[in-house]
Amino acid sequence: MKVTREHYRSVKDLPSAEFVAPGSPLCAGCGGLTTLRLFHKVLGGKVVVVNAAGCMTLMATYPFTPLRSSWLYTTMASPSAGAQGLRDALDILIESGRLPADENLEVLVLAGDGSTIDMGLSSTSGAIHRGLNFWYLCYDNEAYGNTGFQASPASPLGSLTATSPLGTPWSKKDIFEIWRSHRPPYVATISPHDAVDLAEKIERARPLCGPKLFVSLATCPPGWGFEPAMGDELAKLAIETGIWPLKEATDGSIRHTFIPEHRRPVEAYLEPQRRYRHLFHPDRRDDVIAAIQAAVDRYWDAAIASERC
Amino acid sequence: MTRTMLTGNAAAAWGARLAEACYVPAFPITPQTEIIETLAGWFADGSMRGRFVTLDSEHSMMTAAGAAAAAGVRTFAATSSQGLLYAMEVLYTVAGWRVPFVLVNVSRGLSAPITLGPDHNDVLAARDSGFIQLHAETCQEVLDSILMAYRIAEDDRVSVPVLVNLDGFFLSFTREPVELPDPEEVRRFLAAPESRPPGFSASRPAARGVAVLEGPTYSYFRYQLHLAVEQARVVHEEAAEEFERRFGRRHGMIDGYQLDDAETVLIMAGSFATKGRAAVDRWRAEGRRVGLLRLRMIRPWPTAELAAALSGRKAVAVLDQDLAPGLGGILFQEVAAVLARCPVRPSILRSFVGGLGGKEISRAEFDHVLQVTEQAGPNEGPVGPVLLMTAREAEQVGQRLRIAGHVPEEALP
Repeated sequence: MKVTREHYRSVKDLPSAEFVAPGSPLCAGCGGLTTLRLFHKVLGGKVVVVNAAGCMTLMATYPFTPLRSSWLYTTMASPSAGAQGLRDALDILIESGRLPADENLEVLVLAGDGSTIDMGLSSTSGAIHRGLNFWYLCYDNEAYGNTGFQASPASPLGSLTATSPLGTPWSKKDIFEIWRSHRPPYVATISPHDAVDLAEKIERARPLCGPKLFVSLATCPPGWGFEPAMGDELAKLAIETGIWPLKEATDGSIRHTFIPEHRRPVEAYLEPQRRYRHLFHPDRRDDVIAAIQAAVDRYWDAAIASERC
Repeated sequence: MTRTMLTGNAAAAWGARLAEACYVPAFPITPQTEIIETLAGWFADGSMRGRFVTLDSEHSMMTAAGAAAAAGVRTFAATSSQGLLYAMEVLYTVAGWRVPFVLVNVSRGLSAPITLGPDHNDVLAARDSGFIQLHAETCQEVLDSILMAYRIAEDDRVSVPVLVNLDGFFLSFTREPVELPDPEEVRRFLAAPESRPPGFSASRPAARGVAVLEGPTYSYFRYQLHLAVEQARVVHEEAAEEFERRFGRRHGMIDGYQLDDAETVLIMAGSFATKGRAAVDRWRAEGRRVGLLRLRMIRPWPTAELAAALSGRKAVAVLDQDLAPGLGGILFQEVAAVLARCPVRPSILRSFVGGLGGKEISRAEFDHVLQVTEQAGPNEGPVGPVLLMTAREAEQVGQRLRIAGHVPEEALP
């Protein structure tokens, strides 16, 4: 079931402009890069990207950059504070007449799940609390991808990482709910598979002043262990199995923008990935698979019940 | 020009106000709080224009300050002690961005054990960050140094942030007469903000802090930072000259007192140098040829000025209010490095560590410094630092150790 869309009906409606040029040192098939490309396309070119240390830091390597917008690299723990300084400074420059209003920039934080959920959470929590008018895009590849795929608090239950070789014993921290509890005007999950849903959400957030937060499932070929060509298929399976719910919260009220009517079993998503191979070979780990399925079912039972009433 | 009574903290706030800083990201820490509280009041009542924003940590505060400076806004920040260390990662980052702003550090000893009293281990931990460092002795100098700091930081030959240090409690909360320069004169002394183009705008995309994955390019940028900090010597002298012309006060990289005919030179930094001057007065009254050299600029290190001032002296004593465990006094090491390159160097060079965590340095301790230095044999080789502590203070420590159930070790001199 899909919600009614107000701005875009199909990918053909998306703007044709590109602000992320082809060619970067990022991995082939990176879902995070696809998300950024789509996000930037819709958000427009008047953007300064504030980047926390992570995979995307390697996108611009001096003197080359695939970005047609501006870029400020901060530390891993403080991209949102960098956004604060930039937003405040741009406002001061415009108010004092030093910068014409049409030279204004959108401030966009670009950070991975590690920075977003671990070190950077404090600075982002502060920025949301202060009602900072900025965009935040988290590319969630469910691990510290840039350093060779170690466990992060976004690593899902049972997944193998370089520091959880027996499978991650914990479930993902729920960054959507952590953000939502701060009562920002807009929070959403997005996927590189669903460009129209992504674009639609940017347009819905655009008129809102304050923190506009997005977390995207960033399919990761080297970390997850799949052929780059399969990235979109996996992103789609994450949605169809219900593992990656597409939703938004406007002023705290949640609505799902896609509700899979017949959810596929989680195996369909897990089995093609090397990081879950130990759940299927040499012996099938029904206990772990069932626990993952049960968590997904619990989530949707509660979500559907609350959205019906 | 107005003359008024100000604490060191209030003088720092006045420095930011007179420089017309229009962005202040803030996070409180004792003993710096009075600075940001004063500024908060001025932004609230309209005496200062722009934005005052409370941040979630010093790490965030320093990032916001650097980002605003990168965007082209005159920015002021203040911290102390653990806060400076918490922001240390960002100090290196924003210095690497090559953005000009002024950071005041109200120095205070470092944990553990936690303390509120001042010493210089916090600010000296930042000495390799790329920030230029100016150390103030008086409240007047705090204000003047901040104005000079903006002038230096914003000079195109430099374009790095400047740290102005003042001692917690001894300067932060001491009220002294301070001359407030005429705002119009300050406006003439500092470049108009309009002369600097915004760092980021829609029609002029820019990038800062881009990754550099090869050693040679990284080496180039790091060395450029070194050259920029080196360049601050020249710019500082120009700024000092014009400052003197406009405001009648001259601030050098080093500050000599009774140096002309001095055979023995005592080297200090910060507000305790005032106590050092009093000791020099007493010794001079006794007919002893002793002078004081205060280090006002610590980065760039005033190598040539020190060499010139110390060449041909008989003895040099460095009184560090810091301690590098396993090394000794930090400034002593840096002074020794200068003297190693002097053709006519003093034959006696001694190291003292005192005033840690705000510990008083008494007359007796100053006398001990002079006595040890004058009695030292020439070229007697490496000698560890002498920890300054009076017998009464040592007994106090012993008493506390006994109360806490410790058997005092024979660690105190």
